[in-house]
Amino acid sequence: MSVGLNPYLAVAAILFTIGVFGIFVNRRNIIIIMMAVELILLAVNINLVAFSSFLHEVTGQIFAMFVLTVAAAEAAVGLAILVTFFRNRGDILVDRANMMKG
Amino acid sequence: MDLQAIAFYVLSAVTIGSALMVVTARNPVHSVLFLITTFFTCAGLFVMLGAEFLAMLLVVVYVGAVAVLFLFVVMMLDVDFGSLRSGFARYLPIGGVAAAVLLGEMILVASAVGDRGAAVTTHYGASPYSNTEQIGRVLYTDYIYFFEAAGMVLLVAMIGAIVLTLRHKPGIKRQVIADQTARSASNGMRIITDVKIGQGIDA
Repeated sequence: MSVGLNPYLAVAAILFTIGVFGIFVNRRNIIIIMMAVELILLAVNINLVAFSSFLHEVTGQIFAMFVLTVAAAEAAVGLAILVTFFRNRGDILVDRANMMKG
Repeated sequence: MDLQAIAFYVLSAVTIGSALMVVTARNPVHSVLFLITTFFTCAGLFVMLGAEFLAMLLVVVYVGAVAVLFLFVVMMLDVDFGSLRSGFARYLPIGGVAAAVLLGEMILVASAVGDRGAAVTTHYGASPYSNTEQIGRVLYTDYIYFFEAAGMVLLVAMIGAIVLTLRHKPGIKRQVIADQTARSASNGMRIITDVKIGQGIDA
């Protein structure tokens, strides 16, 4: 394999950082925050698959599959909560989401 | 520089560029489309790593389901997305600093692990099976309980999403099959007598 392990880890690190940066700068837009979380999980998957490939050990890919499963479930439930929240409030502003404060 | 290296650098450049566009695009629809690009190029990286099954899974699950779900929600919600960006410039410096620190740390750790970690010193033999067959051989034996737990997670998520979004609007007439089949001539008809001409009846 002509490309070593380090470049893949670097790509994963950059992708993870972009996800964290996206959460920082889009603090009011819940949809972008959820997409940034997806980017973070994708970075984790790249790490798992890269190590799995370079170790010739398939377990990493199994774990990447489980991460994929949880990410899909998270997106479904998160977007359902978002739709319900929008129906009740008429907006999706994160910093005004205080309905459960009691 | 051989073909594989060129493919890797092109794919990773597109991945990183479109990921940046996901978090910085003004229009959330563009964000979702760039997210799809990111997933596609990541699937390309997975193929380069020899994980073909996971690459196809990424395309089917993410591009086919999750990204389309995002797209639906973004397009259905009638939100003024311009107002949601108001904090962007304010949080840009602190976010940039935090991201730079995080990236530096992660690159240092990753290069240390990549140069001297287990992936360099440990060498399992290459498997004679194809990627999909390897995954199947391990997933349905050693990880069968995890696999079923993942199925339960998906089931709970599906039921949760349905429960959260299902709503019955009052004032809408719905078909109730049980009521229809339980209806008989004795309670469905009545004889009306003594109707005055020109006045009609109220049911």
